[in-house]
Amino acid sequence: MATGIRDKVAIIGMGCSQFGERWNDGPEDLMVEAFTECLQDAGIEKTDIQAAWFGSCFDEVGVGKSALPVSMSLRLPNISVTRVENYCASGTEAFRGAVYAVASGAYDIALAIGVEKLKDIGYGGLPEFSTAMGTLNQLWMANFTAPGGFAMLATSYAAKYGIDMSEVKRAMAHVSVKSHANGALNPKAHLRKPVTEEQVLNSPQIAYPLGLFDCCGVSDGSACAIVTTPEIAKSLGKKDLVTVKALQLSLSNGTEFAFDWDGDHFVTTSKASSEAYREAGIRNPREEISMMEVHDCFSITELVTMEDLHISERGKAPKDVMDGFFDLGGGGVPCQVDGGLKCFGHPIGASGLRMLYEMYLQLHGRAGQRQLEDPKFGLTHNLGGFPFMNVCSIAIIGKQGA
Amino acid sequence: MAGITSFGGYIPRYRLSRMVIVQNMAWYFPVIMAVAGGEKAVANWDEDSVSMAVAAAYDCMAGHDRKGLDALYFASTTMPFADRLNAGIVAAALNMRENGVSNADFASCMKAGTTAMIAALDSVQAGSRKNVLVAASDQRRTKMATMFEMFYGDAAAAVLIGNEDVVADYLGSYSINCDFVDHYRGQAKEFDYGYEERWVRDIGYGKVIPEAISGFLAQSGMKIGDFAKVIYPCYFGGTHKAIAARLGIEKERAQNNLHAVCGDTGTAHPLVMLVAALEEANPGDKLLVAGFGQGCDVLAFEVTDKIKDMKPRTGIKGSLANRVELTNYQKFTKFRNLITADLGIRGEANPNTSLTVLWRKRKMLLGLVGVRCKKCGTPQFPVYPTCVNPKCWSVNDFEDYEFSDKEAKILMFTGDMLSPSVDPPAVYGLIAFEGGGRTMFDFTDCDLNQVKVGMKTRMSFRRRQTDNMRGFTGYFWKAVPQVEGGGK
Repeated sequence: MATGIRDKVAIIGMGCSQFGERWNDGPEDLMVEAFTECLQDAGIEKTDIQAAWFGSCFDEVGVGKSALPVSMSLRLPNISVTRVENYCASGTEAFRGAVYAVASGAYDIALAIGVEKLKDIGYGGLPEFSTAMGTLNQLWMANFTAPGGFAMLATSYAAKYGIDMSEVKRAMAHVSVKSHANGALNPKAHLRKPVTEEQVLNSPQIAYPLGLFDCCGVSDGSACAIVTTPEIAKSLGKKDLVTVKALQLSLSNGTEFAFDWDGDHFVTTSKASSEAYREAGIRNPREEISMMEVHDCFSITELVTMEDLHISERGKAPKDVMDGFFDLGGGGVPCQVDGGLKCFGHPIGASGLRMLYEMYLQLHGRAGQRQLEDPKFGLTHNLGGFPFMNVCSIAIIGKQGA
Repeated sequence: MAGITSFGGYIPRYRLSRMVIVQNMAWYFPVIMAVAGGEKAVANWDEDSVSMAVAAAYDCMAGHDRKGLDALYFASTTMPFADRLNAGIVAAALNMRENGVSNADFASCMKAGTTAMIAALDSVQAGSRKNVLVAASDQRRTKMATMFEMFYGDAAAAVLIGNEDVVADYLGSYSINCDFVDHYRGQAKEFDYGYEERWVRDIGYGKVIPEAISGFLAQSGMKIGDFAKVIYPCYFGGTHKAIAARLGIEKERAQNNLHAVCGDTGTAHPLVMLVAALEEANPGDKLLVAGFGQGCDVLAFEVTDKIKDMKPRTGIKGSLANRVELTNYQKFTKFRNLITADLGIRGEANPNTSLTVLWRKRKMLLGLVGVRCKKCGTPQFPVYPTCVNPKCWSVNDFEDYEFSDKEAKILMFTGDMLSPSVDPPAVYGLIAFEGGGRTMFDFTDCDLNQVKVGMKTRMSFRRRQTDNMRGFTGYFWKAVPQVEGGGK
């Protein structure tokens, strides 16, 4: 009988590069920046790392294929490095690989690193993916983009709950306002200016009903983590251990896209979060989760995700959002504490690890102006693909013993 | 007796008022002011001769089994492929049988549509084929500020030729073939090259059509007065009237050339006019139809009682009613790729079409054929080997299921300004079909402001991408939101 991952692995070091338009840096520079911080934080030598997992998504325009870019950039000592790609969950997948490797006993110390260098393609938004969707799909799939794919969710959500689109838009606007407020407190964020609800509502339309400020930024960045067993962590002199409580992944199987679904929620997130709470021993997430970093690629994604994480009741996320339940200091569950994808942008392979980095800082009380009071469990969430066909990853980390 | 057993038509939704052309281009060539009245039908940016032929063919096949077709003849001078059977694309879109059928392209001449009809009628009369579908379509690009730009419209029409339940008996035909070159389009040239109008009117239309009709009358022993409608294309209004006068055709018996409402549709036009005439015809009416171009074909029909039993269809009348004015001349010129606008770096991607995939998945990609699970009955698209129903998940236990003629409802949608499109925003969404099955499609022929969750859609075969580097045109199906009255 599987017992889950809870408390079997500890994070002993993390690093995160400055996120932004890093015109003068390549993926190798970003990785070294994150890795240097991480190694220092862990207090170990590079040669102590026995295996590594690497997350990147758009290899076509970024680092290229294979895990060699990591091994070369970090000059790893000819150890095993595996490249993983699973849309926006790629960073969390790298973490999962490293964590499972340690939990299995195959390795003592493992590295998870993610990077994406997006600002080398010459245009805004994520790279165009018509040639990256497979030879059959490219002959029939609709001419869609990431914002358009998620924008559709707003139309069906509004229809399902009979909410006027202007109300949904206002809640979406608040989602972005809140994240910008948090990002303004974070020196590593790309976008650091607070915005107003009016600014968000009046921003130019990207994909109905999403405006520019409903969309996350596009940035370059890298983040990484070093993991080991709690026993080894203690032997290295580590105290106040942050351990992995849950790691879950759920993928669409075509049901939403081709069989039955109201277009009002993420089937995968709903399942992955339930599994994650079970794995972490959390019964009432609205009460027990201290903080979250969710996949706010678009404001509507975050809004709906609040329901699939079983934090908000179905149809009630707009109310919780407008009540400030997810705001920093709002008395609820602070969400996008570091500013989210909204302010960090979404260098895909790095995002999952960037989210964990903030949870890790918070759990160690090192989050500066954003520091929450005694957080116990931090949840991160990635949603890759589209509302009707996606990959969802959930990670929960927390204080050992929590 | 052989004859027409069904008919259908398709005129694209956009209409361009000739005054709009005049307002924009008369500064350059004031002569176009002489024909500034009325409007012409303009294909949407994602339509071409093949896609419009498919629309007309579906309209024609309403109430008829597409699997019963023995041949498909496609007539056009604007086929997307010089070497690849264009009729084969139309046939695949209709999900026709592949074995035991004989499809063909009839090309290179304005009368190719009537010639294809004669060939179809001959083969049915000879007993070698039972059901032959003839589809004629043209979407001719014209230079800006030309008379061709004023006269030409885009449309398609189709007639089903057979010998059971005939709605218009075939009474015979007569043809003149001569190398009269009023205009031509040389190999690899984009536009028609025309000669002096006075000569084209007097020695071309005005002489050849009357000679051909007279030839038919002499051959058949029939009189011009026997015909309830005489149908002949001629976009010169005066010449159209002069032909009637010369042949002794009463004014109301000369079929309207549709210049005012859709323009001259080239190879399609004799069939478009014939279908328009059939829509108004009564049992016992005799119809004479002529196709002009390097000579003239003349065919005669007599409408039967069966015409009353035909299932309702959109036809020419319905297509004309589904009308939206294209008020922006620049948009028209961009749709026809007459001007260069930037699609941005995002629009540069030019994925090659895998011909092996196209072959393997031709039913899916051209016919919009999915499957229905034999075990649980769930229709599904796209097809994976395992049933999509989580309570079933049976493997490879399917039968073919056509989605092309199914209505659907919009579940979610957007209008995307980021997606590279000739006509932004790119509107698309997830739709659920009546009877089951759902998937995401591009939408077309719609205005984002009118699209709503829950709105009905119908499927339309469209040009999906043109690979200019390799010369390949790809097709797939799009959803058309059904706005009352066609929108606007």
